[in-house]
Amino acid sequence: MGQPQDPRGNLVRPYAVTRGRTEPRRDIPIEAVLVASQAGLQEARFAGHDKYRIAVLCEAKAQSLAELSALTRLPLGVARVLVADMVADGLLSLHSAAPKTGFSERMNLLERVLSGLRKL
Amino acid sequence: MDFASSERAGAQPKEITSAKIVVAGGFGVGKTTLVGAVSEIEPLTTEAVMTSAGQGVDDASKVPGKGTTTVAMDFGRITMADDLILYLFGTPGQTRFWFMWDELIRGAVGAAVLVDTRRIADAFAPLDYFENRHLPYLVALNCFDGAPRYEPDEVREALAIPPHVPLVMCDARHRDSVKQVLVAVVEHAMATLISEQGGYPAPVG
Repeated sequence: MGQPQDPRGNLVRPYAVTRGRTEPRRDIPIEAVLVASQAGLQEARFAGHDKYRIAVLCEAKAQSLAELSALTRLPLGVARVLVADMVADGLLSLHSAAPKTGFSERMNLLERVLSGLRKL
Repeated sequence: MDFASSERAGAQPKEITSAKIVVAGGFGVGKTTLVGAVSEIEPLTTEAVMTSAGQGVDDASKVPGKGTTTVAMDFGRITMADDLILYLFGTPGQTRFWFMWDELIRGAVGAAVLVDTRRIADAFAPLDYFENRHLPYLVALNCFDGAPRYEPDEVREALAIPPHVPLVMCDARHRDSVKQVLVAVVEHAMATLISEQGGYPAPVG
């Protein structure tokens, strides 16, 4: 889908899709992963063009906020507002949003990443 | 988390964990090349819009005409298991976008500061940045063809890299070499975590 040039200039345009809202309903880390179920995808058909595009991407494959921003060509802050809405509305499920804080939790993650890298 | 409504038979809902490693360095040092060498996808670019005041990421609000600028970050992905994804984020090249670096390093496993030996001075600002952050990092010397070769000790001295920060050589174009850099970042993060646990906290700025 092409992006028609907005006569008001492309500085205003990004947040038009969020109706001017710049604050997300919840903070979502740039690497947090989002998934859409089939049901979520069906429901997102009525949530507007941009949200539907996001749901399609997340139904095909788990995608991070960063990937959703890049693939939809929406600025990061705009994608974050939309994704936070979709999570609140049950269209997407948010994974790994809680930071790992405990020693064993962090160590376990590091060990898994290390083993994953060695297998590359 | 309404997984119950999933219509996919056999799709066992599983919490997916994502981790990230940050690749920092000056403009044109090879960050995107490094990311691309191991990423399973062509590196993607995400953009943040900011005001010229340098605060409020994406707060373009109603500023007409000017006063905003776009910060681009390249990143890649390695799916390690069906419940584990590693993301590699390159920092924006321009060091005036520090606030964006702050967002990138939040929750990161660790970082690699990539250094081009032809333009060693470009590494000062990124190194200063990590010196004052509570994130394990190492320095990776990107050895371009024809670039002057220095001994690691010379580089460590020239850049005043603290003794506890590992220094590794790499070729950002080669998958195996980049893999070794990332392994070293994670090993360093583990060692840091263990030493903190043992009552020897890493220096915090």
